[in-house]
Amino acid sequence: MTIDAVIFVISAVVAIFGAAMMIAQRNPVASVLYLILSLIAQAVIYVQLGALFVGIMLVIVYAGAIMVLFLFVIMLLNLRGSEELGKPSGRVSRFTKYVITLLFFVELIFVIRGVALPPAPELVTNQPDAFGSVKAVSMLLFTKYLYPFQLTGVLMLIAVVGAVVIARREHPGELPDDTAAESTLAETPKEGTKA
Amino acid sequence: MTDYVSTLSIDIGLIGPELALLIAAAVILLLIFTRKADRFATAIGLIGLVVSMVLTVRQWDVKVGGFSGMVTVDQFAVLFKLLFAVASGLTLLLAERYFHAKHIARPEFTALLLVSTMGMMVMAGTTDLIVIFLGLEIMSVPLYVMAGFNRRSLESNESGIKYFIMGAFATGFLLMGIALIYGASETTDLRRIVTDFSYIATNAKLFLFTGAALMMVGFGFKVGAVPFHSWIPDVYQGAPTPVTAFFSVAPKAAGFAALLRIFAYGLKDLGALSDVWWILAVLTMTVGNILALRQENVKRMLAYSSIAHAGYMLVALAVGGADAASAVIFYLIGYTLFNLGGFTVVALLETRAGSRADFSEMAGLSKAHPYLTATLALFMFSLSGFPPTVGFFGKFYLFSAAVKGGFIWLTVIGVMNSFVSVYYYLRVVKVSYFDQIEGRFVPAPLSAGVLFVLIVTAVGTLGFGLFPDNVLEIARRAIQAFA
Repeated sequence: MTIDAVIFVISAVVAIFGAAMMIAQRNPVASVLYLILSLIAQAVIYVQLGALFVGIMLVIVYAGAIMVLFLFVIMLLNLRGSEELGKPSGRVSRFTKYVITLLFFVELIFVIRGVALPPAPELVTNQPDAFGSVKAVSMLLFTKYLYPFQLTGVLMLIAVVGAVVIARREHPGELPDDTAAESTLAETPKEGTKA
Repeated sequence: MTDYVSTLSIDIGLIGPELALLIAAAVILLLIFTRKADRFATAIGLIGLVVSMVLTVRQWDVKVGGFSGMVTVDQFAVLFKLLFAVASGLTLLLAERYFHAKHIARPEFTALLLVSTMGMMVMAGTTDLIVIFLGLEIMSVPLYVMAGFNRRSLESNESGIKYFIMGAFATGFLLMGIALIYGASETTDLRRIVTDFSYIATNAKLFLFTGAALMMVGFGFKVGAVPFHSWIPDVYQGAPTPVTAFFSVAPKAAGFAALLRIFAYGLKDLGALSDVWWILAVLTMTVGNILALRQENVKRMLAYSSIAHAGYMLVALAVGGADAASAVIFYLIGYTLFNLGGFTVVALLETRAGSRADFSEMAGLSKAHPYLTATLALFMFSLSGFPPTVGFFGKFYLFSAAVKGGFIWLTVIGVMNSFVSVYYYLRVVKVSYFDQIEGRFVPAPLSAGVLFVLIVTAVGTLGFGLFPDNVLEIARRAIQAFA
C-alpha cells in the first residue's frame, strides 16, 4: 500500500465513523463535534484529490463557521443535552482538554508566525492553472457555472427572508389596525358556523 | 486549460420571465415598510406575473440554450412556465381575500410566492441537473415558510415544520442521486448524458441505477408519490388553504416537469425503471384513493385526492414515450385548473369564522350559494373524471397512451381507482345539495379576486373539456421540442 492509499483509508474510515457517531449521539453538542470530525476527514480526501480549494473551504466554512454557529444555537437553546455536559469531567477527559488546548495554542503561534512570512509560493503563484486552485475554481464559477452561482444568491436571499418571516416577533401594539382584533377572534372556536 | 472566458455567455433575454418575478419580489421586499403594503404587494405581484407571462409567451417559438448550456428555452419550458405563472397568479388573488379574512395578511407572502414560482421556472427551463436542483430549492424554501405562514395557528406551524424536515430529507436523497449520476457520467448536463448514454451505461451501470433510484425518491417526495407521501395530509390540512391550493398544483407540476426532463428524456434508455414507476403509480393511486374515502375534512380529502392524481400521472412515466408524456402535460394543465378551483371554494367557505372545512359544514350550501355550489360540483365532476370536463380527457389520453404502450393491467387498475374516487368526490356534491341543516347557512362573501379565480378555473375546466384537441396539440409540440 502506498502512502496515498493509507491516508485515504484512514480519512475515509474517520469520515464514516464521524458521520455514524453523529447520528448515534443523543447529545446534540457531541453530534456537532462528530460532524466536524467527519468534515475534516472529508477535507483531507479533497486535498488528496487535488481539490485544494474545496478542501480548505470545507474546513473554513463548514467545520469552522457553520459548525460554530450550530454549537452556538444549540447552547443558546439550552437543550437537555447541555445538562449532561455540565457534569464534572473525569481526570482523563480533563487531561485531554488541557492537551488539546495546548496544541491549539501552539498551532496558533505557528499560524501567527506564518503570517509574517510570504505565502507558500507553490500553492498560489507557481501553478496558476492547477486543478483545484482558487483560480481554476473561480474561473469555472464565473463562466460556465455563472447561472447556478447566481441562483444560489437568490436561494440565500429567500432563505433569509423566510427565516425572518417565521421568526419575527409580533408585538400586539405594532399590528396593523385590522390585525389587532384578530387574536381574540382566533381564541373563540366554532362561533357562528353551526348557527 | 479551456478558454472559458471566450465561451462565457450572459443571455439575460432568455431568463426574462424569471427575472420579472425576481424583480417584482425584490420591489415588494423593499416597499414592505409602507402603509397598506399588502395591497401594494398583491398588485405588484400580479404585474410581475403578467410581465413574466408575456415574456414567456414570446419565447414560444424560440429554441435555444444560454449561459453555457445551463438555460434551455424550448416549448416544453414555455408551457410549464405559463402553467406555474397562472397557478401563482390565481393563488395570489385567492390568498388576498383569505388572508385578509383570517387577519394574517402580510406582504412577504407575495414575495415568497413569486420567488417560489421563479424557482419552478428555473426547474422547467434547464437540462442541467445542478440548475434543476437549485430551482427545486428556490421553489421549496419559500414553500416551507408559506406552509407555516399562519403563525398563530398551531396546525400551520406543524405543517411548516413537517414539510421543512421531510423536504430537507428528500433533498438529501435527490442531491446524492445527482452526485452519483455525475460520478457515472462526468457531467450534469442531461443532453450530454443522452449522447454518451451507451458508454456510461456500460461503464458505470451501478452508479447510474443507484443515482436514478435516489432521484426517484427525491422527486417522488415532491410530487407526493406513495411511499413518500406521509407528509402530505398534515401539511395540506395545516397550511392556509390558498397555500394548500398552490401546493397541490404548482410544485407537483414542477416536479413532473423535472421528472419528464430527467426520466422521459435524459435517462429514457435506462430500462427496468419502467417497472419501478409501474409499482409506484399503482401504489400511489390506490393508497391515495382508499385513504381519501375515510376523510371527514374536505381539505384532508383533497390532500389524499392529490396523491391519487399524482398516481395517475405517474402512469405516464411507466409507459414512457411522446404520447404518454404529452398526455401527462395535458393532465397537469387540467388538474391545475380544477384542483385550484376546488380549493378556491373550500378556501372561500373557510373564511367564515370558526370554519374547519369539514364535510358537515357544507350542508345547505346550495341554498345559500346556488352558483358557487354548481361550480363546486363542476370541479368535483372533473376531479372524478366525468365526460364533459377536462378531467375526463386527461384520464382518457393518459390511459389510451398506456393501452397503446401495452400496459393493459395498469390501465385497468387506473380506471378502477377512478371509479373508487367517484364516491368521495360526489359526497361533496351530495352533502352540499341534499343535506339539511338546522338554522341558517352562514354565507361566505365573494370578492372580485375570488370570483375571477372561480371563473377562470371553471371556464378552463369546461372549455378545455369541450375542446381538448387544441390543448393536446400544444402539449404534443412541447414534448417534440425536447424529445
